[in-house]
Amino acid sequence: MSRQAHGLRAWLLQRFTAAYIALYILVTGVWFLWQPLHSHAQWQAWLAAPLPNLATALFIVTLLIHAWVGVRDVIMDYARHTGLRVSLMALVAVVLGGCGLWSLRVVFAVVGQ
Amino acid sequence: MPHDSRPKFLNLLAIRQPIGAVTSILHRLTGVLLFLLLPVAAWLLELSLRDPAGYARAAAWLEGTAGRAALLLLAWIVFHHLFAGIRFLLLDLDLGMELTAARRMAWVATLAAPLAALLFVGGVL
Repeated sequence: MSRQAHGLRAWLLQRFTAAYIALYILVTGVWFLWQPLHSHAQWQAWLAAPLPNLATALFIVTLLIHAWVGVRDVIMDYARHTGLRVSLMALVAVVLGGCGLWSLRVVFAVVGQ
Repeated sequence: MPHDSRPKFLNLLAIRQPIGAVTSILHRLTGVLLFLLLPVAAWLLELSLRDPAGYARAAAWLEGTAGRAALLLLAWIVFHHLFAGIRFLLLDLDLGMELTAARRMAWVATLAAPLAALLFVGGVL
C-alpha cells in the first residue's frame, strides 16, 4: 500500500470513528438525561444489558482508534526529531492500549456479575 | 541568508486569528486534552462499577463543587470537539466553503459548545 493510501485510510478511519463516537455520546447523553441513574445496581444493570454492553465496547475501540490517529497527527506536526517522535508515539500507544484494555475488561466483567 | 532583515512576527498573541483558525486550533487542543483525560475516564468507569461504595464515591465527587466545575469544563471540551468536528465533516462535503458561510459556521460551532455544556450539566445535576 502506498503512503497516500495509508493517509487516506487514516482520514477515513478518523471520520467513521468520529461518526460512531458522536452517535454513542448523543444517544447515551439523551438517554441518561431522560432516565437519570440513581444507584450502582441501576448503572451495572444498564451496562450489563447486551445492546449497551456491545455499544459501549465498540465505543471504547472506536475511541482508541480515533485518539490514536488524532494524537499521531499532532505528534507528526510538532515533534520534528525522529527519536522524540517515535518515543512520544510509543508512549501514546502504551497509554491508549492500557486505558483500552482496562476499560474493556471492566465493561465485559459487568456481564458476569 | 538573504532575508535576514525581514521582520519576524510570530507573536501568536498579537496575530489576530480569524474565527475559523480559532475554532480549528481549539479542536486540536480539546482533542489532546481529551486524550490526556482518558486515564481519568477509565479510572472513573472502574470505580463506579467496582461496588456500591465506589459508585457512591464517584457520584459524590461529581456532585461536589469541584466535580461540577470539572464536569462543566469537560462538557465544554467534548462539545467543542464535537461541534468543530462536525464543521470539519461539513467542509469535507464541500458545505459552507464560501467565506461568509464558513465564518458563520465557525462562530456557531465555537459559541454553541459552552451553551450546550451549560444545558447538559444543568440537566444532569
